[in-house]
Amino acid sequence: MKRLTTLMLAGSTALFAGAALAQHTHVNVAMQLEPPNLDPTAGAAQAIDSVVYSNIYEGLTRFMSDGSVVPGLAESWDISEDGLTYTFHLRDGVTFHDGTTMDAEDVKFTLDRARAEDSTNAQKALFANIAEVTVIDPLTVQVTLSAPTGALLFNLAWGDAVIVAPESIGEAATHPIGTGAFMFADWVQGDHINISRNPNYWGTPAALETATFRFIADPTAAFAALMAEDVDVFVGYPAPENLPQFEADPRFQVLVGNTEGETILAMNNGREPFDNPLVRQAVAHAIDRQAVIDGAMYGLGTPIGTHFAPHNPDYVDLTGLSNYDPERSRALLAEAGLPDGFTTTLNLPPPSYARRGGEIIAAQLRAVGIQTEINNQEWAQWLETTFRGRDFGLTIVSHTEPMDINIYANPEYYFQYNNPDLQALMTTLNETTDPARRTELLQQAQTIIAEDYVNAYLFELAVPTVARAGIEGLWLNQPTAAIDLTAVSWP
Amino acid sequence: MIRYTVGRLVSLCLSLIVASMVIFTVVEVVPGDPAAYMLGVNARPDTVAALRAELGLDVPKVQRYLDWTAGMLQGDFGRSYTYRTPVSQMILDRMVVSLPLAVLALGLTILIAFPAGIYAASRRGKLGDAGVMGATQLGVAVPNFWFAMILVLVFAVNLRWVSAGGFPGWGNGIWPGIKALILPAVALALPQAAILARVMRSSLLDMLGEDFIRTARAKGLSRRQALWRHAVRNALIPVLTIIGLQFSFLLAGGIVIEQIFYLPGLGRLIFQAISSRDLIVVESVVMLLVGLVIIVNFAVDLAYALVDPRLRVRA
Amino acid sequence: MSLPRTLILGALLTVLFLGGALLSFVWTPYDIELLDIPNRLHAPDAVNWLGTDHLGRDILSMIMMGARTSIAVALLAVGIGMGIGVPLGLTAAARRGSLLDEVIMRGNDLIFAFPSLVIAILITAVFGAGAANAIIAIGIFNIPVFARVTRGAALSFWSRDFILAARVAGKNKARISVEHILPNIANLLIVQGTIQFSLGILAEAALSYIGLGAQPPTASWGRMLADAQTLASIAPHVALIPGLAIVLMVLGLNLMGDGLRDLLDPRIRVART
Repeated sequence: MKRLTTLMLAGSTALFAGAALAQHTHVNVAMQLEPPNLDPTAGAAQAIDSVVYSNIYEGLTRFMSDGSVVPGLAESWDISEDGLTYTFHLRDGVTFHDGTTMDAEDVKFTLDRARAEDSTNAQKALFANIAEVTVIDPLTVQVTLSAPTGALLFNLAWGDAVIVAPESIGEAATHPIGTGAFMFADWVQGDHINISRNPNYWGTPAALETATFRFIADPTAAFAALMAEDVDVFVGYPAPENLPQFEADPRFQVLVGNTEGETILAMNNGREPFDNPLVRQAVAHAIDRQAVIDGAMYGLGTPIGTHFAPHNPDYVDLTGLSNYDPERSRALLAEAGLPDGFTTTLNLPPPSYARRGGEIIAAQLRAVGIQTEINNQEWAQWLETTFRGRDFGLTIVSHTEPMDINIYANPEYYFQYNNPDLQALMTTLNETTDPARRTELLQQAQTIIAEDYVNAYLFELAVPTVARAGIEGLWLNQPTAAIDLTAVSWP
Repeated sequence: MIRYTVGRLVSLCLSLIVASMVIFTVVEVVPGDPAAYMLGVNARPDTVAALRAELGLDVPKVQRYLDWTAGMLQGDFGRSYTYRTPVSQMILDRMVVSLPLAVLALGLTILIAFPAGIYAASRRGKLGDAGVMGATQLGVAVPNFWFAMILVLVFAVNLRWVSAGGFPGWGNGIWPGIKALILPAVALALPQAAILARVMRSSLLDMLGEDFIRTARAKGLSRRQALWRHAVRNALIPVLTIIGLQFSFLLAGGIVIEQIFYLPGLGRLIFQAISSRDLIVVESVVMLLVGLVIIVNFAVDLAYALVDPRLRVRA
Repeated sequence: MSLPRTLILGALLTVLFLGGALLSFVWTPYDIELLDIPNRLHAPDAVNWLGTDHLGRDILSMIMMGARTSIAVALLAVGIGMGIGVPLGLTAAARRGSLLDEVIMRGNDLIFAFPSLVIAILITAVFGAGAANAIIAIGIFNIPVFARVTRGAALSFWSRDFILAARVAGKNKARISVEHILPNIANLLIVQGTIQFSLGILAEAALSYIGLGAQPPTASWGRMLADAQTLASIAPHVALIPGLAIVLMVLGLNLMGDGLRDLLDPRIRVART
């Protein structure tokens, strides 16, 4: 019993209690999913990055809300002529939350750990080209590459590349210690995480003194929590149908930002009948993107015609190639020798874009004669059977990694698209540093996959944030999963 | 009695062993790998293998089963794959919410069901009885998740009397904690109260037909006096059995309610653990719940046998 | 003798939904497989008597098709429970006190001890979500209910004279169970079946509410509620109508069960007069 009492006290949130107490220096932030742990260098869950990115942990470089990459813990860097050596100059006077100094040794430790043999970094590929990390002096570190990597600075901005210290990494899963403007305070698992301002921060200190992250998976609960003013900010609000109500309510502001999530109806190119380009084209023409966006997302989302983010300057609008045309679709099916259509599976992971979108797409496909058998799958199941097992006909998923068109060069990838031309083009792209030439190659790639109708491209996922009116400094877009509170303030 | 106790004890142990095997098998055949889930779509196969080794998932299943049961016998429920904390600690943390919620819901259940049941029994066949019985029929028929949804909309969103969900912890005093549990407790209690009121009523009516009540009536007690002095006390035995069953249901049965009110309780822990394939957490929590019910049943059987020797021969 | 009023009301409600479900095989007001997104969330009017849902489908048609799903799932789950539970209960009663009896009854206790929703979630995680697996998940938990009720009722007959006579006549226990005991406990099983049927409707709704029941385009009341949960403040009818359908259907079955008990079980009626 004594133990229970202690627990109750330990779980106390006395410091953060009462909205009235600290209305202007505290914010209650809600998100849908709870992070499984708080070590961004050992897990893929976006919820981890949402809590810790920029708030608790920082990398050598970092993303801004507009997607640009700017200096983080590295103040500046020099790149050798051949593009194989990067020399990073670290900021002076940066300390971890436990008081230890952040220096070149920590950078070396972080990068070596991420690319080690037994590394459990979910994005190990980001570090694949790093051949060696050398400490020059406490504030200078040299990264040597095995091949030119135009995206290195971009890669190092990911949450999976944040700088951690050997002294504290052991406990990072439950007690993260980074260099950020906020320090981890406590975590009542299943309910909330508290963070508090870091008084010794090297940069501009945060305006907020404390912040609480709450985890509300249920869309009804999300609506109720905002309306009851239990939470001040909801990032990734799960029910777009409620947004007009928040917009009409003077207590709230609604921000709709873009993400890197290309939402696609993926087709199993390695399996009949989707190995036939005519069938894939027929599927693409059977789908009314706007109806999917209106029906499933209540208008939120930008139509796409290829696997590329429309807000990227290199994007080509190819939606015309796969316009909604059921007549054409039926004709193509007949041409492919399937005048009566066919039956296939449609595997749907949990997010509402997939579940709701799937119901609409199934109806649209039915209209041209394609019958689908819907399988709702949890993520773990989807990963094992659909993604790794490639046991599917169709599936809907949003590819949220930035700049991921290179997945089409991997014939082993779950949709099993095998086109040597595109693979060669991607190899050329990786070795190309000239920006104009890169743009040209990227646009070629977009066109190739659109003309091959590899998948049916639906829309770019939007991320709605609902916040109390007056709160400033929130990220509009989500170039990476992050709820960066360092610049957030009340009026 | 000793022979009976030993027999029941053997069957208790067998039940626990069978339960642990069933749970382990069911959970382990669920497709999906915790390591793959944690590392996501971009992970390379060697990374997944490294994590599996780190988590001890590369150990053969039989060995893991034996380690798990041996650990439980020593009070060690293992370590969560995703949260990386001891499962026993997680269970204790969640109990702090689930246990008071179950107690509160049960309290409400009794508070509604007892008076309603007694009232209905005392007015048998009259309008009052019909009214109560009609209300209980309705109470049994309402899905509690739908009822919860309506409660939230009315009391949290429109009237704003209570918060829509979440749990502030017990650190700020008892009242904020209780306040957060009221709506979920009401949602959980309503159907249970309807069931219990019906049991209370029929159990009382059975008693009213018994000889000792007739004797009491013959001695000049009014029907109401007989009801209160004799029948209620005797009718409690079947009622208590139902209450026992309801309590174990309330402890684990609130998954959907915990989801709607985003309460960090035991039910939600299982739900989250299943979707992240945190197998050891699912196994341990389910085993704990099943074990509790089996042990409570065992205790109840023994208690009955002590009171009524005839039951020692299975009837 | 007049029929109990509860039986009439219950039967009326049950027939209403059963009729709607049967009618949906040949006719529904609109085709629920056709989506009409521009006309979504219309309130009830002369065109759509119960309004339209978030995808512009006619709610009345959805309720009719949903009744079909609910009834089919609950009925089959009761079938599983009866089909396995009743023989187990009869066997246990016939061999009262034997090891077999003990194993059957302990097995029952064990199933009762499992948290049903968790097991349902695990079953659907293994076999995938769908109506068939919802039936299995609900059906499993019906087995011990029927086994227990059957055993209890059967035991009370084994000491009766007519059973003794049958034994003297040389009939074996299995034959007696089927020929003499089963007909005598049939009424009780029908009443219990009605109750389990109504519980099955609720269970199916709960499972499909969390996404584990019948999959689209099959209509299901629980999923209608899940789809409607965020719309309750915009278009209340989409959240209220499926909920009311569940309440009325379950209420009807329970009232009918109560009424049937009054009608079929003389002991209870004697106790009440």
